[in-house]
Amino acid sequence: MHELHERLKAIFPLGELTVQRPDLAFITLGREHLRPLLLELRHRHGFTHLVLLTAVDWIEEGCFQLTYLLNDRAGARDLGLRVMLPREGASMESIHDLWPTAATYQRELREMFGIDFPASPGVDEPFILEGWRDIPPYRRDFDTLKFAEENFNQRPGRATLDPARHMRDRLHPEGE
Amino acid sequence: MKEELEKRVVKGPDGVEFEVDPLRDYYCQSAPTVMPPAYIKIVEELFNWARAESIWILGFGTGCGAIEMRPLMTPRFDAYRYGIQWRPTPRQANLFVISGYLSVKTLKRAIRSYEQMQNPKYVVGLGSCTINGGMYWDSYNTIKRLDDYLPVDLYITGCMPRPEALLAGFQELKRLIRAGQAEGANRYAEQFEWYKANQKRVIHDWDMPDYNW
Repeated sequence: MHELHERLKAIFPLGELTVQRPDLAFITLGREHLRPLLLELRHRHGFTHLVLLTAVDWIEEGCFQLTYLLNDRAGARDLGLRVMLPREGASMESIHDLWPTAATYQRELREMFGIDFPASPGVDEPFILEGWRDIPPYRRDFDTLKFAEENFNQRPGRATLDPARHMRDRLHPEGE
Repeated sequence: MKEELEKRVVKGPDGVEFEVDPLRDYYCQSAPTVMPPAYIKIVEELFNWARAESIWILGFGTGCGAIEMRPLMTPRFDAYRYGIQWRPTPRQANLFVISGYLSVKTLKRAIRSYEQMQNPKYVVGLGSCTINGGMYWDSYNTIKRLDDYLPVDLYITGCMPRPEALLAGFQELKRLIRAGQAEGANRYAEQFEWYKANQKRVIHDWDMPDYNW
């Protein structure tokens, strides 16, 4: 992985390499270098499979992190590419022409995080939610408990037990 | 557009001309009505006995509870020996088992399926999720109380209820039907406006008739 990172760094201005396991590492990079780097990895280094495309909401830093996880089957290794986007009006270039499966991930991110991927097929159509009117539900400023209380009737009398304390009280009622 | 899909005027065999729009769905849009019991008590009891002995379940799995249906159908637990069987379409079924959590999107399909079932019909809520939301109590996407949206005749508790619990629940449902207490469909007809208001409060893109069967 370090060798790959050195070779890529000679071509692209890349951030630090985080090695999670011998066969799994992450690289942070600027959004303008993503597409050339994906092509380079796919055509020269055997990373032919897009495992997943997902997002993390770093609300404190005011940005979204997109993670493109690529797999090199022959080399049995995974490489994650992290791209940071500003949270306001988040938008990213679509990669559905490189991997058609990316279109599905991008639809999901559009709906659940509100990250736009212009020109991605079907990106503006509803994917999982129907008739959603609030802010996208996977954003961390979306309060799911408050939403549930406002929109759904709760049945009174619901009690929640902390499993650890409940079992301790039952097994050792006299105390430790 | 294909010619057979276009709106046109057709002349019927009795000579009456009427307009046909093949792309429009045709529904009976009148609201459901309360089904009165038979004129003599003993006849109604006979009917109830017959209803209790022919419970046909709609094969519609809404949540993880649907996984409990397979062992019930198959020889391990064999619900068929109680006169219970599964049917592929709402028209042929009279018991709707809401098997677990119900997302708002699935609720829409569940309502349509329930309304397409023919009377007499029953609803059983299975698992904690249908009772008070269960582990999805704070979820943005699942309903918390099934009886706000569909008339529930019986709840089976558990997360998940085992097939034995379901069999016990079906026996209890049979007892209710024989006693003439499983009147969910009539309750739905009586409080139709209330149920519709609740349903429309969570289903924001209401794009179906108010009642269809």
